Amino acid sequence: MTSAGLDPPPRVEARGLARRFGPVIALDAADLDVRPGSVHALLGENGAGKSTLAKCLVGALAADRGRIVVDGRDVTLRHPRDAHALGLGMVWQHFSLVPCLTVLENLVLARPDAPRWIDWRHERAALDAFLEDVPLRIDPGARVADLAAGEKQRVEVVRQLRLGHRVLFLDEPTSVLTPQEADALLGRLRALADAGRISVVLTTHKLDEVIAHATHVTVLRRGRVVADAPLDRTIDAATLATWMVGHAPPSVARPAPRDARQPARLSIRALRVARAAGGPPVAIDALDVHAGEIVGVAGVSGNGQRELVEALCGQRSVDQGAIDVDARPWRADRASMRAARFGCVPESPLANATAPDMALADNLVLRVFDRAPIASRTGRVRRDALRASAQALAARFAVQSGALGRAIATLSGGNVQRAVLGRELVDDTRLLVAVNPAFGLDVGAAADVRRRLVELRATGCAVLLVSEDLDELITLSDRIVVMFEGRVVLSTLGVEADRQALGLAMAGHSAIASARADN
Amino acid sequence: MSDPGLWALPLALAGGALRAATPYLFVSLGECLTEKSGRINVGVEGILLVGAMSAFGAAWATGSPWAGIAAAAAAGAAMGALHGALCSLARVSHVAAGVAILVLGTGIAFFAGKPFIEPQAPTLPAIELGAWSSHPAVASALRLNPLLALGVVLAFGMRAAFRRARVGLAVIAVGDDAAAATAMGLHVDRTRLAATTLGGALAGIGGASLSLFHPTGWSEAISGGQGLMAMALVIFARWDPVRCLGAALLFGAAGALAPALQAAGHGHAWQLLHLAPHALTLAILVTGTTRARAMRGLPGELAVLR
Repeated sequence: MTSAGLDPPPRVEARGLARRFGPVIALDAADLDVRPGSVHALLGENGAGKSTLAKCLVGALAADRGRIVVDGRDVTLRHPRDAHALGLGMVWQHFSLVPCLTVLENLVLARPDAPRWIDWRHERAALDAFLEDVPLRIDPGARVADLAAGEKQRVEVVRQLRLGHRVLFLDEPTSVLTPQEADALLGRLRALADAGRISVVLTTHKLDEVIAHATHVTVLRRGRVVADAPLDRTIDAATLATWMVGHAPPSVARPAPRDARQPARLSIRALRVARAAGGPPVAIDALDVHAGEIVGVAGVSGNGQRELVEALCGQRSVDQGAIDVDARPWRADRASMRAARFGCVPESPLANATAPDMALADNLVLRVFDRAPIASRTGRVRRDALRASAQALAARFAVQSGALGRAIATLSGGNVQRAVLGRELVDDTRLLVAVNPAFGLDVGAAADVRRRLVELRATGCAVLLVSEDLDELITLSDRIVVMFEGRVVLSTLGVEADRQALGLAMAGHSAIASARADN
Repeated sequence: MSDPGLWALPLALAGGALRAATPYLFVSLGECLTEKSGRINVGVEGILLVGAMSAFGAAWATGSPWAGIAAAAAAGAAMGALHGALCSLARVSHVAAGVAILVLGTGIAFFAGKPFIEPQAPTLPAIELGAWSSHPAVASALRLNPLLALGVVLAFGMRAAFRRARVGLAVIAVGDDAAAATAMGLHVDRTRLAATTLGGALAGIGGASLSLFHPTGWSEAISGGQGLMAMALVIFARWDPVRCLGAALLFGAAGALAPALQAAGHGHAWQLLHLAPHALTLAILVTGTTRARAMRGLPGELAVLR
């Protein structure tokens, strides 16, 4: 096993790479030049082609056209093995570690030259020696299932280095990290790159990450490279944003603060809900959402937000405590939801909010199909009325036209999201629970969704907004609470929210966070 | 102590445990291996029967009990491989395929076993651990099935392999997270096919231990559902081969409860006492699946048990 200090990383170039998926052009003649020792950001929105480009360069996806040149030689990458031989490797967005094994077991098993019969003491000593040379702290004896996302990400990077990879591709590496974890990881990688030991290519849509950590940026839009430049002081976030979306991004104005306190529509007291994957239960002492108020829930995913939402939607049983809606105990059945005019946009809407094999039209009318005008008095469903209602709901968020008769599972993630938004964010919604409502949407559609939330708030709807996008939360929320390990560890007014304090609270440093929030 | 007296019952239970544990042990080790790789084979009862039948037939035909064991292992491997191949097809339910294997195995064993119901085949030589004792009861309780000794070695060997061998870790990885295992360059389907085949071979040997050791013989009632109970036993053992050994002994003892009490003259409710292993199975399934802790060791890909 070579040490991380040896051979410098190779230069990796893409020339005119193109790739289609059916009728969709994911990548259209893209060029890229990754110089040794650089941290190269591939910036773009969802679907801009940045992940496709990265996958082609690690052999995970074959390009239809174009060349890949490594240290001046043309290479063909048919399989990740081919990339491995050249020292190129990818850290995937979804972790590729086996949860029930330890860190050390994972690292050894990933090696193609792992011995048949493993001497763990020897392997541990070898890993410890290797880690002395690498500024990434990991616990080799810990079970992967017990690690936080940031720790797993570090293990993934160590694994790449152990495999002898010198050009690391990271696919949205910070999407599951707190801002502090992300800064720490990217800072360490930048240090390794500055020392000339590795090159890093990271795909991202986060502008501040690019500015803080990258040495070069290549911006992609709709499969094309629209900008390519070394990062210097002349490039700021506004420049990058304009490159990324083609125009200055639309902004949603922060809603004006409301004067009078409205009554609490949703009221949670001493709630205890068991967690899906074990771990500390959701334990919320008090949380109210008033009419005409947006309450944002921040937190790294996996800290109980999912279970909270499932309990509100009736998908998970409440162990203790009370959920009241309009001062009455909440029974999340169909009749109560209709009476409360409750709407919910959960995470993974295809799995949680649709019947995947049913048609888009049928899914759009799930809340209303058993009422007039769709249902007749005898309970018969009028297909024409159903179609008209579905059409109207689909139009609200511009769901792919002409797909009404198709099974919703065959639609793209963005279209499923729009369909569920169209169904749940109707005008008379009075209580809304929304999880990452703008996830997977382009900038324009995301702004539409956010504007819609503000409109609903203005009409007196109470909104519980669970989001991993801090900017979204800070812009929209009247109040923000931070969840960590099932508890609310910080509560702050939206106008006073401080990214630093929120980030620390998300990482569990609640003492520091509340001290800062007090200042 | 010259008279077993008070010791008769525990001695009979210990003897029963040692005698009856062998089929449980082999089937559960095979099932443990299969499930660790992320597959479930509910057809092991059928494989157990095919193993018992082919072991007896081969031993009868060749005159060698060892040829019987080889035949049982081969037949079991073939059934396991069939199950593994069915499961690697897209959208095939592992449970439904397993039920098919169960029915198929039972049918094959009953059909092909018809000529073997009468004859006598050579028996496996016993390991006489009780030769030191002058008591016939002690000596008889400690007459060990040689396959039990093999099974004990195998249980410890499998545990060591799961902890220290590359191939053992590969099986665990494939069974816990197929996507992660693929990303590591492991061959998910190939590994699972091998594990399922080997698991079938072990279940087949379990069948041989039924028909080739005292009392020898082939009958259609030979297994009495031991293959099905061995599946519960794997859950009880939390997918650890050495705990499978302990659980197999416990199940063996439960099975010996009724005959032992009868022999001691307490034969009133023997039909009920014969239910002991089944009651144990039920108790394990209820307690084993209602406490979160008991599910530790559950392979992540084995979603069918959740």
